[in-house]
Amino acid sequence: MQEIILVKYGEMALKGLNKSTFENVLVKNIKRRIKSLGRFEITRAQSTIYIKPLEDCADVNEAAERLKKVFGIAALCKAAVCEKTFDSIKDTALDYLSDCLSYAKTFKVTAKRADKSFPMKSPEICRELGGILLSEFSHLKVDVNNPEITVTVEIRDTNAYIHAENIKGAGGLPVGTSGKAMLLLSGGIDSPVAGYMLAKRGVHISAVHYVSPPYTSERARLKVEQLCEKLTGYCGSIAFFCVPFTEIQEEIRNNCPEEFFTIIMRRLMMEIAQRICEKEECLALVTGESVGQVASQTMNAIACTDAVCKIPVFRPLIGMDKTEIIEIARKIDTFDISIQPFEDCCTVFTPRHPKVRPLLSDVENAQNNFDFSALIDKAVSETEMKIFYVES
Amino acid sequence: MEIYLDNAATTKPCRESLNAVTECMTRNYGNPSSLHSAGLRAQLVIDNVRKIIAKALTADPAGIYFTSGATESNNLAILGAAASYGKRRPKIITTTVEHASVRNSVKYLEEQGYEIVRIAPDSNGVINHEDIINAADDRTCLVSMMLVNNETGYILPVRRAFYGIKKRFPDCITHCDAVQGFMKIPVKASELNADLISLSAHKIYGGKGAGALYIKKNVRLKNLVFGGSQEKGMRPGTENVPMIAGFGEAVRVLSGSIQKRYDAISRLKSMFCERISKNDGIIINSGDECLPYIINISVPGIRSEIMLHFLEEKEIYVSSGSACSKGAKSGVLSEFRLSDELSDSALRISLSHETTVQELRILAEAIENGMQKLQRKSG
Repeated sequence: MQEIILVKYGEMALKGLNKSTFENVLVKNIKRRIKSLGRFEITRAQSTIYIKPLEDCADVNEAAERLKKVFGIAALCKAAVCEKTFDSIKDTALDYLSDCLSYAKTFKVTAKRADKSFPMKSPEICRELGGILLSEFSHLKVDVNNPEITVTVEIRDTNAYIHAENIKGAGGLPVGTSGKAMLLLSGGIDSPVAGYMLAKRGVHISAVHYVSPPYTSERARLKVEQLCEKLTGYCGSIAFFCVPFTEIQEEIRNNCPEEFFTIIMRRLMMEIAQRICEKEECLALVTGESVGQVASQTMNAIACTDAVCKIPVFRPLIGMDKTEIIEIARKIDTFDISIQPFEDCCTVFTPRHPKVRPLLSDVENAQNNFDFSALIDKAVSETEMKIFYVES
Repeated sequence: MEIYLDNAATTKPCRESLNAVTECMTRNYGNPSSLHSAGLRAQLVIDNVRKIIAKALTADPAGIYFTSGATESNNLAILGAAASYGKRRPKIITTTVEHASVRNSVKYLEEQGYEIVRIAPDSNGVINHEDIINAADDRTCLVSMMLVNNETGYILPVRRAFYGIKKRFPDCITHCDAVQGFMKIPVKASELNADLISLSAHKIYGGKGAGALYIKKNVRLKNLVFGGSQEKGMRPGTENVPMIAGFGEAVRVLSGSIQKRYDAISRLKSMFCERISKNDGIIINSGDECLPYIINISVPGIRSEIMLHFLEEKEIYVSSGSACSKGAKSGVLSEFRLSDELSDSALRISLSHETTVQELRILAEAIENGMQKLQRKSG
């Protein structure tokens, strides 16, 4: 008996002439994601992608696990392949579903007959197969409204497929279909979630991180690298840019009023990030800000930060509460990494009393005490890049 | 030239593992918890091994906790799981053929008032997964079952048993002592439906002193040892970095060739069994369904220990029963429905990937020789 994975896409199926572009990107993303699990053949037909293992050691279960995180997939299921005869469907169902039906209490059978030349009609298939399963598993009851197990028989072009589970996919659009954006990744709880959310809309994410040794440690940087690694499960490969930020922070401390430390730092981070965006052809910046969470995230502060931005800044968490953000962070498994207690550059030289409602003119005046342009050039030129590939 | 055929007791460390241990002791001697970079280097060594082992189990690296070995892993799994549920769920299911570290951990809990159900093999020496599933109820906190028996190589129906348990009682913790199966057959956490998996380095050409417990995400255990925050507080105490490094190398070297080595060992086993079973009276206790790395045979009329020492004189090392019981009569073999006569005369020959056809031929000759000599003497 051969087991394969069927992948169904959601929103993408609605795209008109661009559909095949979306499909091609999705297939490429799927291939990359399961490459290390063995040889698979990936084909597509009738808005479904078929993933067939070509060798015994190819791990179908793990492949299905990984595909749960691939954006653009609405649902997926593991299915048994059989010939398009009722006998074969019956035998395969009894064999393939025996474990899961043994422990279920209620079930129903549904049939999808894409190949209309198949002699039995869908209701007939359901009735016949349902009867056979009932007699074989005498403890089972039929429940058409709320069954524990829905046995699905799909009769398609070349084969019939039998499955009993529908796994919800990650939804969204395939990563890479919406262009590139640069995520400001601090190491906290919010920014990885922001990256995840943009990736869900098909955006290919790069990440920029600022380090200030000796105020921040090597472990803090490694923590951010771990976050990148974790995110690749959803976002695909991530180009990670690490910007040396010590000198800039020291000059802010030496030349600017304390109440504006954080806001000026954010503005300079944005400027550097934009410079890297130009080189990397990123169309937007992404941050994990949420209105009012901290002093630098009040509307006034965000306005001051945005004043230096010439490209859009996406803030997908802007209207979310911390608890909602944490929920997603747990789901995507970045939470435990984020809460490791290392100092990051945002907490270096934190003002005791930051200006909660800064005026742009005040901030600009404060920042004009020192010409940061040479230091920005230097930081950009000394930025290190490292690419994180999809975990293998 | 010595012939070492007691690889289920322990293995000779492989060169890669040895190098990793030495390298680590010479260069990465820092304490992984230290903030400076010498500490960080040691931490990175451990994190890297975590990834290697997780990959071998196709599991999340965050679920790998290092211990001193499988005995500690089994203790942590069983006592930790029981403690996390407290007295709300005072029942544990296990089998009668477990390793002493599982057997005695549950025995301790029995003395504390837990109800222990021990499932025995049926008259054919087979453990039925339905027996395990049917024994469980909503008061059961833990099911603990080994993957491969250390004395006969018998492979237990862990996947099917745990599948049924999880379907019926999703909160019941499933623990698999996979020591004898790890890196010999595919051991995948999700496929086994196991919440906890015990592993050991020294059975797979790593060194003694390192093991691991895989803990599935969201499965809560109580730690048994108290101290610092190493291994997220689950197993405090400065990590045994060198032996962990060696563990990782051993797994890395074996990864990717499990099937190839399995096939080669299978050929060795069938060759040996074919030859040895030509002798009248010799019984092979490890059937075809067993893991080929372990061959348990009985030479009726000659007590295990006598044959063991006879072979030892020829520098051939095998075991009687399990090495952990130091020659004590193996209760496990009688659980597998072996008569007293057969279990008293049982020998365990356990192979490694370095075992050769030649070595097994010499062993067969030596056993035949021993049969003549020893039986004549005693007769």
